[in-house]
Amino acid sequence: MEENRKPLLEVKDLKQHFKLGRKFSIKAVDGVSFRIYPGETYGLVGESGSGKSTIGRSVIRLYQPTSGEVWFQGTKISGKLSPQDTKHLRTNMQMIFQDPMACLNPRKKILDIVAQGLDIHHMYTTTEERAEKVYRILDMVGLSREHANRYPHQFSGGQRQRIGIARALIMEPELIIADEAISALDVSIQAQVVNLMKELQKQTKTAILFIAHDLSMVKYISDRIGVLHLGHLVETGTTEEIFLRPIHPYTRSLLSAIPKPDPVSERSRTAFTYDLKGMGIDYLSGTEHHVEGEHYVLGTDDEVKRWLTDDFLQQ
Amino acid sequence: MNKDKVLSIRDLSISFQTSAGEVNAIRGVNLDLYQGETLAIVGESGSGKSVTVKAIMGILSGNGKVKSGTIDFTSRKSGEEMKEELLSFSKKEMRRRINGRRIAMVFQDPMTSLNPTMPIGSQIMEGMRYHYKTNKKEAYEKAVKLLDLVGITEPEKRMKSYPHQLSGGMRQRVVIAIALSCDPEILICDEPTTALDVTIQAKILELIKDIQKKTGISVIYITHDLGVVAKVADYVAVMYAGKVVEKGLSEEIFYDPRHPYTWGLLSAMPDLDTHDEVLYTIPGSPFNLLNKTEGDAFAERNRFALNIDYRLEPPMFQVTETHYAATWLLHENAPAVSMPEALKDRIKRMGEEVNSLGGE
Repeated sequence: MEENRKPLLEVKDLKQHFKLGRKFSIKAVDGVSFRIYPGETYGLVGESGSGKSTIGRSVIRLYQPTSGEVWFQGTKISGKLSPQDTKHLRTNMQMIFQDPMACLNPRKKILDIVAQGLDIHHMYTTTEERAEKVYRILDMVGLSREHANRYPHQFSGGQRQRIGIARALIMEPELIIADEAISALDVSIQAQVVNLMKELQKQTKTAILFIAHDLSMVKYISDRIGVLHLGHLVETGTTEEIFLRPIHPYTRSLLSAIPKPDPVSERSRTAFTYDLKGMGIDYLSGTEHHVEGEHYVLGTDDEVKRWLTDDFLQQ
Repeated sequence: MNKDKVLSIRDLSISFQTSAGEVNAIRGVNLDLYQGETLAIVGESGSGKSVTVKAIMGILSGNGKVKSGTIDFTSRKSGEEMKEELLSFSKKEMRRRINGRRIAMVFQDPMTSLNPTMPIGSQIMEGMRYHYKTNKKEAYEKAVKLLDLVGITEPEKRMKSYPHQLSGGMRQRVVIAIALSCDPEILICDEPTTALDVTIQAKILELIKDIQKKTGISVIYITHDLGVVAKVADYVAVMYAGKVVEKGLSEEIFYDPRHPYTWGLLSAMPDLDTHDEVLYTIPGSPFNLLNKTEGDAFAERNRFALNIDYRLEPPMFQVTETHYAATWLLHENAPAVSMPEALKDRIKRMGEEVNSLGGE
């Protein structure tokens, strides 16, 4: 990737701590930095509690970051914002949530749900124009205009998720944050929604921050991937780099845990175990090491050297 | 075959009365479970996989009704064979004689199946005390042993822990320990790893396999994840709209699938070597069981549907001695249709991988 390309979103050393009582705080995200370029998909993976959803929410300003900075299109968006910047941000960054039932207002028609963003930002002059915009978007996500006058409960899970996508797309955003957008769907429907998102991305050139725990889907949709563990970004790189040459032991344990639809090889295989304490890894003392291209690993000098040796890779 | 049948479901049909009308959740299911083997039931939500096992346990919800069918359970616990028809038991009898004692179940979410106000040790002992009137000391010792078996370190200390003090993976281990406490002959796992992370999922699956090796228990596994199936199952049944559409040995289902729905499920799941631009999808959405069908329920989502699929429901065609599929494509007069190219490639690739492993 060219050096001079301007990142759309830049997260610098983001920390998000939650206070639990006077003495304890949970360090959900502890110093994460990454960039998203226009039109690409960045996949964030990690187990539950690794802070992947927190990052999504901090980026879209649902949380106030403890420290660190978030830059979007060259403006700093963490901390206080002017009304113009807020408006700019709210039209250009959209979110798709995990549970398609919980995020749609059950008392509103699809037409009104999808058009809500337009209403708030006064983005139409006549009611016809409003309806026309909604119909166009519904058509893009594979729903028909008859669907516009129905209520959320009349749709299946996959269709509801399409409505969620339509609602995000109607603002013509530069960045969509998809937080576990397909995790709640059936396997056959997941494939439909993922295909749809890929297709729409081709048409609209929107960048996507794709948050998920399912590595095989993330691999399929992402251009670049970041692996999170306990609030630290342990490894990041292009999809090929991560999958063909994973270096951090945590990434390797994640990759080895994915079950394959192949009974013979699957039965004999055991997953690679990752033991943070046993391996003596301390994320705080690690620094980001450049491996090649876009590939970075978090660790101390010795650790990275050890991980890169062939013996370790064959373990 | 000379393997011993433990459970045999014949022609089971179940319907539910709802405000929207009658839902035929199960429409004639035949399944067999053999001693010491694992049967995996795969399907999308609403395919009836959970309802099937709930019928086995006799815990159908109040509006459910068994319309026809039998579930024969053969017990070989104390050396002698004992045949019992589970559907003829009352709920009370089921609770006293079968549930937990002969057939145990592990549910999806460990937090909802554990009692938050009780230490886990007492929860493991509860079943033994109730079913076998074991005295406290023995029950305690066995509970510690079970915790050790399911891979919890320092079991004695953990006996007094409450569920909220444990992580998700540990809780599911405790649930498995509870299920195993009465030495059941069948363990039913209803999506035991869906609520867990991939890394922990792999651990739990390996644990169940390990326990199976040690105790020779028979397992029924319910899941929608074909990767999980490949890891654990000997025998696979694919369900769609309340029917088993294809069943066979795990190898047969994965290397030689015959039903278009199985093709779809297998291809819709990207494996790590998939490089295609567009994922294969099954068009449409899962079948709504409120609608009555004429013909094959899968026909409208089926790219390979024949004319007859819309009129007549296909019977089970036999492929091999163990492999059956319900699709008209297997009829002798059907046109030759083969599985999608991408899937063919993948199966070929898997075959090569297996050969190279065998050659080493």
